[in-house]
Amino acid sequence: MLPLELHNLRFSAGGHPIIRGISARLEAGPRSIILGPNGAGKSVLMRLCHGLLVPSGGEVIWHGAKGGDPRRRQAMVFQRPVMLRRSALANVIYGLKLAGKSPRECELRAQDVLEVVGLAQQASRPARVLSGGEQQRLALARAWALGPDVLFLDEPTANLDPAATQEIESLINMIHAAGTKIVMTTHNLGQARRLGDEVLFIDRGLLKEQTPIERFFSKPASSEAETFIRGELP
Amino acid sequence: MSGLGEAFAAAWALIAGVEPGLVSIVLLSLQVSLSAVLIASAIALPLGAAIAVGRFPGRQLLIVLLNALMGLPPVVVGLLVYLLLSRAGPLGSLGILFTPSAMVVAQTVLVVPIIAALSRQVIEDAWREYDEQLRSLGASRPSAALTLIWDTRFSLVTIVLAGFGRAAAEVGAVMIVGGNIDGVTRVMTTAIALETSKGDLPLALGLGLVLLALVLLLNALAALIRELATRRYG
Ligand SMILES: Nc1ncnc2c1ncn2[C@@H]1O[C@H](COP(=O)(O)OP(=O)(O)OP(=O)(O)O)[C@@H](O)[C@H]1O
Ligand SMILES: [Mg+2]
Repeated sequence: MLPLELHNLRFSAGGHPIIRGISARLEAGPRSIILGPNGAGKSVLMRLCHGLLVPSGGEVIWHGAKGGDPRRRQAMVFQRPVMLRRSALANVIYGLKLAGKSPRECELRAQDVLEVVGLAQQASRPARVLSGGEQQRLALARAWALGPDVLFLDEPTANLDPAATQEIESLINMIHAAGTKIVMTTHNLGQARRLGDEVLFIDRGLLKEQTPIERFFSKPASSEAETFIRGELP
Repeated sequence: MSGLGEAFAAAWALIAGVEPGLVSIVLLSLQVSLSAVLIASAIALPLGAAIAVGRFPGRQLLIVLLNALMGLPPVVVGLLVYLLLSRAGPLGSLGILFTPSAMVVAQTVLVVPIIAALSRQVIEDAWREYDEQLRSLGASRPSAALTLIWDTRFSLVTIVLAGFGRAAAEVGAVMIVGGNIDGVTRVMTTAIALETSKGDLPLALGLGLVLLALVLLLNALAALIRELATRRYG
């Protein structure tokens, strides 16, 4: 499936350029963190990669897809996940069923992942009445259950308390360790340092740099990134 | 004035005494309108969902048309169905004119645009929220449409009940295609019209009260379902 190549990717909506020509290569392995100020285009970039938006120009190329459908081998956790009006368990089963799993497989796998994310107790509760943190974990479980090669995470810990954030972070690490490529955005720079292997820094629709994490924080290549880091560190 | 009081008293006596003539009229009304609404729902809910998530030329026009058809005058529907079902008409060979079946057909025609137009609106609003999430999970448009019907089911129940209210309360269509034949096609509304013109106010009033109570009950039921559903499913 990987590497994923973005070739002069562009996207505009209503005449406004949002992604203004991004080229990059995402390799299997390193956890890629997309950083950038609000409105920079991080979420739009992820949705383009995930195939939810059609580029206005350029290309999204999955080099390792080998004829298979790349859409089936990636999953995404949205900045604002949408829960279906059914139980937590049924939410996970929903995705598995669409992936063509047998009812028995769906059930077992769904119970499995809920167990792992610590929602076994809440399995039969309606998903929409779960707390924000629980819903975030459920969204992660639902995406991860599909066993994707690539997992896109759009601010997976926004609005979570430190303990819940830590839980999600260890889940992400576990998913990474099991061989899934992680591509995520965050506004929590500490989290970027903890989880990231490389940073893609986006500013106003342009990729300013793609740098290994250590170097990004010690010696960012672009002046925009430098300002960003200085501005956002406490 | 005392005539009115007496009429109410007599009407109440009819209802309280479960007068067989009145009961059979009420039962036929329920039977016709319930059948019509069931058939209409089976057609209109998938139709509304398909228009909501579909992208095809003439979609906007179809929506305008459906919205306009919501206000279709029952007598016009009655006339059209009469022409269809009359002996010389294209469906004349069915021989169902002046039977309850013809009344079901007419009310179905009357209610389909209402349920389709209102459910289209509800499902399209939900679609805006669910679109990317469902596509990310791998849902095709048809399966997304079914998911949305299920996820908006409580709002849809309200719409279906509104359709039932409209069917049960209309007089023009059933009058024309049913003929208001005593014991065969006489329903609450046509009986009220007839008895009023004959001056039998107690029966007319009695039926009117039953009809009112029915409409009230339906609205209370709709409100209750929504309330419980929101509390339970969020
Ligand atoms: N469908 C759309 N139509 C029009 N404009 C859009 C659309 N989606 C996003 N935008 C605009 O594109 C810009 C980038 O949005 P995006 O959601 O990618 O930002 P972001 O980097 O994820 O920001 P944040 O950190 O706040 O999540 C914003 O100005 C937004 O208003
Ligand atoms: Mg965003």
